[in-house]
Amino acid sequence: VAGMRTSPALATAEDAMAKVKEFAGGAEPATGTITLNAPEIAENGNTVPVSVSVESPMTEDDYVESVAIFADGNPSPDVITFNFTPMSGEASATTRMRLAKTQNVIAVAKTSTGQVFMDKKEVKVTIGGCGG
Amino acid sequence: MASVKPRVKVPKSASAGEVITIKTLISHPMESGQRKDSDGNPIPRQIINKFTCEFNGQVVFSCDIEPAVSANPYLEFTAKVNEAGTFKFTWVDDDGSVYTEEKEIALN
Repeated sequence: VAGMRTSPALATAEDAMAKVKEFAGGAEPATGTITLNAPEIAENGNTVPVSVSVESPMTEDDYVESVAIFADGNPSPDVITFNFTPMSGEASATTRMRLAKTQNVIAVAKTSTGQVFMDKKEVKVTIGGCGG
Repeated sequence: MASVKPRVKVPKSASAGEVITIKTLISHPMESGQRKDSDGNPIPRQIINKFTCEFNGQVVFSCDIEPAVSANPYLEFTAKVNEAGTFKFTWVDDDGSVYTEEKEIALN
């Protein structure tokens, strides 16, 4: 592979938790209600499927506004932020992400009523995502 | 970039109030900015940083995308369909390019 990276500084669990805190905006994330799905073992860190779903009525009065995904062993903890509306119908989304090495993937949801939920999965990576 | 091509899968029709699944993929290298070329010079970051799905002019779903999303970014999400109309999908590139795609949906 052309242009392999030369070991950039990787994020730490503290960096990722700082991002979670910032996203949560002061609320203490609760467990449950949100489900993060990612493989236990990813053979190829370049493209790891990841999906989130949050139980919510998704009405004008009570819906999931956003879900952020963080990774605590990549060059930067940020991965993606999904922004939902009541027109989304459900608060669920799937994408594919890069993981530089074995690490935790964290999903945090924020609802329109101010609730914050979090789920976390460790993904073991066999071949790291080049330049994740 | 000439090679950028959006692809979208939306059902042709739905019942009123039905929640449908939409799948999108756009061909794009998602250059992370972390890599170096064979001479050791950093390759500048160039990614799709924003995606939006609108239905009849109203935002249904959007996302803010970071370099940790894989090349050829794939997104799957849902939309509640209350009327017939047009979905509009927009991808924004770091270089300012905007790629769009539209899909019609009818009511059963």
